[in-house]
Amino acid sequence: MSENGIVAITVPKWGMAMDEGTVTAWHIDEGGTVEAGDEVLDVESTKIANAIEAKQAGVLRRQVAAVGQTLPVGGLLGVIAPADVGDAEVDTFIDGFVVVAPDDDEAESGPQPQSIGVHGQTIQYLVHGEGGVPILLIHGFGGDINLWMFNQPILADTRAVYALDLPGHGGSSKDVGDGSIAFLAQATIGTIDALGLETCHLVGHSMGGAVAMQVALDHPERIASMTLIAPAGLGPEINGAYIAGYIAAERRKDMKPMVAQLFADQSLVTRQMVEDVLRAKRIDGINAALATIAAAQFDGDRQKLDLSDQAGRLDLPKQVLWGADDHIIPVSHANHLSGANVTILDGAGHMPMMEKTPDINQTIAAFVASQV
Amino acid sequence: MARTLSMRQALSEAFHQVMEEDERVIMLGEDIAGGKGAPGDQDAWGGDMGITKGLQPRFGEERVLDTPISESAIIGSAVGAATCGLRPIAELMFVDFMGVCFDQILNQAAKFRYMFGGKAETPVVIRTQIGAGYNAAAQHSQCLYPIFAHIPGIKCVVPASAYDAKGLMIQAVRDDDPVIFFEHKVMYDEVRDEVPEEPYTIPFGEANIVRDGGDCTIVAMARMVHKAKEAADALAKDGIECEIIDPRTISPLDEDTILESVENTGRLVVVDEAYPRCNMATDISALVAQQGFADLKAPIEMVSPPHVPVPFAPELEEAFIPTPEGIAKAVRKTVGYAG
Repeated sequence: MSENGIVAITVPKWGMAMDEGTVTAWHIDEGGTVEAGDEVLDVESTKIANAIEAKQAGVLRRQVAAVGQTLPVGGLLGVIAPADVGDAEVDTFIDGFVVVAPDDDEAESGPQPQSIGVHGQTIQYLVHGEGGVPILLIHGFGGDINLWMFNQPILADTRAVYALDLPGHGGSSKDVGDGSIAFLAQATIGTIDALGLETCHLVGHSMGGAVAMQVALDHPERIASMTLIAPAGLGPEINGAYIAGYIAAERRKDMKPMVAQLFADQSLVTRQMVEDVLRAKRIDGINAALATIAAAQFDGDRQKLDLSDQAGRLDLPKQVLWGADDHIIPVSHANHLSGANVTILDGAGHMPMMEKTPDINQTIAAFVASQV
Repeated sequence: MARTLSMRQALSEAFHQVMEEDERVIMLGEDIAGGKGAPGDQDAWGGDMGITKGLQPRFGEERVLDTPISESAIIGSAVGAATCGLRPIAELMFVDFMGVCFDQILNQAAKFRYMFGGKAETPVVIRTQIGAGYNAAAQHSQCLYPIFAHIPGIKCVVPASAYDAKGLMIQAVRDDDPVIFFEHKVMYDEVRDEVPEEPYTIPFGEANIVRDGGDCTIVAMARMVHKAKEAADALAKDGIECEIIDPRTISPLDEDTILESVENTGRLVVVDEAYPRCNMATDISALVAQQGFADLKAPIEMVSPPHVPVPFAPELEEAFIPTPEGIAKAVRKTVGYAG
């Protein structure tokens, strides 16, 4: 921010591979008022499209980049400033704006995944930010740390935020034991220990939500709060065809319809996203690990483990976030956890943290901030 | 994550990993270590391009065999060993030398499964270099892969990236059929991209969509993928968006991906560094002309070298190899076609 309150909206870097972004839509007209956290515009990279939020309240004074225009990471998209700042000052700011594109060396020096030994296994994790009571992000079946690329940097504004690859996923060891939630929860608490986190806020998505509940049940004293996003473990139903299809798919044409089921807005499913999923699955041992996990946890369209009663009795702050158009685990499970705040997000499927990024980020940030 | 390797490094890593995981994997070829019986460091060479360096010290002379200069001995023993339970990787240095051992590939390895009622397996990988641009003259610069794609019973791999080279090589070694793996000699150092450290496989018969675009489909293989990318970048500045498809394996060929792309773009340019008669450009053009005719908005264009031996003189060799400008010109011709 400049001293007169002028703020630049720039092309963010969503993941290592992103070097430019294309404007696909403006949600605020020039002269429109924005609150911090409002979606201002949509930007698309080769990997995914997502909304960019206002970092502070003010008036959108300029749409510098037009729809369809492609800018490098760090490029100036628009300008937000208080209403009383003069147009000349805004023009001076735009004229004087210098794109600070992260060069490769600089990007390398940003947060990089690291590995840590846990019970003889290797667990890969990524940390953004520092201080405070940290957040630990736990992905779901078939996911990895990259799933949080839109959330982790934002949540890290006020505290350290860790994301881990569960065993059998991403860059972690491929041994998933019996494939149970208990095994994955042990690896997770082992990671919390190895990282030296005394207490932390858990955020778990899908299967990672069940893992979070199990960790909290085993070690409630270590958990400051629990946020479950479309979690497994709160009811019997699950889309078994999705699980089976995801494991079976080796090719683009088989995987694309699987990935599409994850989203309410099908246009978010890019070829690159499907390719990234396939690349992850091609690594030796990943698919076998997924098959073991699926066999242990699911029986066709049914989940074997229901933690809702036990987790409902846990005396710690808990919230459940769910996309209204979830085709993997029914949104009706959101009401199965007693004592939890429930937020249902319209226009989101099973991946609300990607599809409704600003809402998810604000809800989580506010929830963890409210815990003393 | 975010680790990049050259195609040379990616292939080397694949060899180390497959030899580590399966002791039935052996390697043989001329000078793949350092020249049997020569004085000094036995691993001095590691193949004429240094791709196999480090393998013999690690896995021993029993598994990494320097052979005499006899292509028929290399391929004959590799095919024989494959039928008896080993999984050999034979290096044939240059595809141009295939003539002297062709019967063992064409009539033996390729036919065993078929002629023994499906009961015989021949899990052999034959590695060989292709391509012009190294100033290596007419007998060391050809792209003869179409000859092998012609023969049923052989799988043909033509990688264009370090990622694909590693994943396709591991797949080739684990495959139970004869695979010929064509490595473009200029790409060993020219190409560099992100490669996972762990072993992984890429299924045969799945094309890579290198670039998305709605105006024209470019199908290209090996080094031509990169020439096509340059052309597409230049064309994009004029608003012409090309979809680039790299088949990765030309046998089996991912016909669906090519046809689906042409269904979307209505235009096709095929770029092939092989001689223009009976090459992959003619083959893929025939496929689309027959099965995608109704989708075509313009005649198919083919970009290949002229029908002459690869010239030795650097200026002539350069003129022989298809260029981004030539590819862009072909794309413009399809886009500008008035009917």
